[in-house]
Amino acid sequence: MSEVLIEVKNLAKYFNMENDFFGRPVSVLKAVDDVSFQIHKGEAFGLVGESGCGKTTIGKMLVNLYTPTRGQILFEGTDLTSLSAEKRRAFCKNIQLIFQDPYASLNPRMTIGDIIAEPIKINKLLPKDQIEKRVTYLLNCVGLANHQRNRYPHEFSGGQRQRVGIARALAVEPKLIVCDEPVSALDVSIQAQVLNLLDDLKAEFGLTYLFIAHGLNVVKHISDRVGVMYLGKLVEIAPKKELYSNPLHPYTQALLSAIPSVDPTKRKERIILTGDVPSPINPPEGCRFCSRCYKKTDGCDGAEPVLKEVSPGHFVACCLY
Amino acid sequence: MLLEVNHLKTDFKLKHGIVHAVDDISFSLEKGEILAIVGESGSGKSVTSLSIMRLLQEPGHIAGGEILFKGEDLLKKSKTEMQTVRGDQISMIFQEPMTSLNPVYRIKDQIMESIMTHMKLSPKEALERTIHMLDIVGIPSPKERANDYPHQMSGGMRQRVMTAMALSCRPELLIADEPTTALDVTIQAQILDLLYHMREKFNMAVLLITHDLGVVSEAADRVIVMYCGKIVEEAEVKSLFANPMHPYTLGLLHSIPRLEDESDEPLYMIKGMVPDPLHMPDGCPFSDRCDKCMERCRKSMPELIEKDGHKVRCFLYETEKEEAQDYE
Repeated sequence: MSEVLIEVKNLAKYFNMENDFFGRPVSVLKAVDDVSFQIHKGEAFGLVGESGCGKTTIGKMLVNLYTPTRGQILFEGTDLTSLSAEKRRAFCKNIQLIFQDPYASLNPRMTIGDIIAEPIKINKLLPKDQIEKRVTYLLNCVGLANHQRNRYPHEFSGGQRQRVGIARALAVEPKLIVCDEPVSALDVSIQAQVLNLLDDLKAEFGLTYLFIAHGLNVVKHISDRVGVMYLGKLVEIAPKKELYSNPLHPYTQALLSAIPSVDPTKRKERIILTGDVPSPINPPEGCRFCSRCYKKTDGCDGAEPVLKEVSPGHFVACCLY
Repeated sequence: MLLEVNHLKTDFKLKHGIVHAVDDISFSLEKGEILAIVGESGSGKSVTSLSIMRLLQEPGHIAGGEILFKGEDLLKKSKTEMQTVRGDQISMIFQEPMTSLNPVYRIKDQIMESIMTHMKLSPKEALERTIHMLDIVGIPSPKERANDYPHQMSGGMRQRVMTAMALSCRPELLIADEPTTALDVTIQAQILDLLYHMREKFNMAVLLITHDLGVVSEAADRVIVMYCGKIVEEAEVKSLFANPMHPYTLGLLHSIPRLEDESDEPLYMIKGMVPDPLHMPDGCPFSDRCDKCMERCRKSMPELIEKDGHKVRCFLYETEKEEAQDYE
């Protein structure tokens, strides 16, 4: 396997919800709690989980929108968390983010040409006279026409706006792109267009993706390896084929079975989880999934299970293994 | 026949022209049946459901057609008559369980309101019924949770409360407008399961509006595919998924990333995007995006033709005889 581009070690992000009279936290929301994984160069790593599991928080920590509470982010060997704010900002060029909502992530008062040119200007990557050429090139890359550069975001459809967001992320020639649910706000027929575009761009520019999504089927199409998160913890990591053919964690099994199949002859017996995701403010003791687990045993209330390698490259955090 | 929609037309009068959001659609729904309407944003599926409930807001208005519910035309009813139908015989659950509950009233007050409006029950009996309904839709410890405010519940629970409210007067028709879109997959499975069981328990008909073909295949008996305000295909669920006929349906089905799919091939794409409703192309609205577009597709609109209970609006399936007539 190729070398590691980014490694996350014991990363945690806590939010203080309430402080007492002396400013000491009395209730803490553990959005991400002790998560470790690696992404190799040229790989697409999928991160899946339901709302509130902390997947977006991880993405935001990688692009420096949140400061981690604990843990390290090693980008090509450099620990980003120990850098000064100024040096950290220099690394932002290498890690870019594509947002979920193409309606909210583009400035409505800027033309799309200016939106794409802005990161180039801020990072002083090109002399002024070359910027226009570069914007033209980027527009072509994402399948927009050059004559559209003077239009404003509201003149575009959701899929086209997402293309603008992708072009903006590509503008600074990043090594890693964090895609935070890039297709979940789009119509089905447009989703396929954007997924294929992301796939093509990855091959063309040799990009590495952290692909965040809540649907396992979307992730399956684009990722090489997949991590499943539940309540701030990674519960399973495996290569794509292994995860989908042999899911080990009960939560992964339930997630897979919950996806409606488009083949009505295969209306399968679904595993229906009871209850809701517990609040991350006071997560259950022991295994965090045990309150909803259908394979719960007596051992589950004890120590919190850690990720164990059960077969090469397949890690799972569950007492059953 | 419980519900019969005939040639329904709903228009939106805008500054720049008239948008035909729903353009001459007809369908029917039998007792105990789950009929799904699928389509992308702007296809007119939600406007159809709002037209049936007569909840359209300006500038939308119904321009023609009839909506027969148990033989009576809902469009001829007065506002007060409609209020006795809404929530009692026909009720609706919405996409956003966060915004469709009133944040300043307790859950029980909101459910009791609809029960007391439609049934002659004392407050005590209404409360009992409320708790019973919450129990049926699977709210744990319903007696205590009935006193909660909406913000104290999760998205899935709120959707259950909405369902309890909608079912509290035993409607004969439930309109569910994207009931699971705002929910997580595991919660979506719970709610679909709930709808399915409620249907069996109360023998009510469900009109399920969704954009997700996966939801359709899991839950519905029959399905209508809409595109730009028109029905382009209608069939039994099994028949539609086994033998999709319209190029749009085919494209939609192919462009969904599948779990069973092992290949690394790029996904199938429908090119282009939905046309601007103010500038519809002549002929078939899908012609600009269609792989199999023929010359005549750009000139005239194909009719909805039926073949063994499978209806489709596409020139590809018109027999030669009809074609010959067309050219005469």
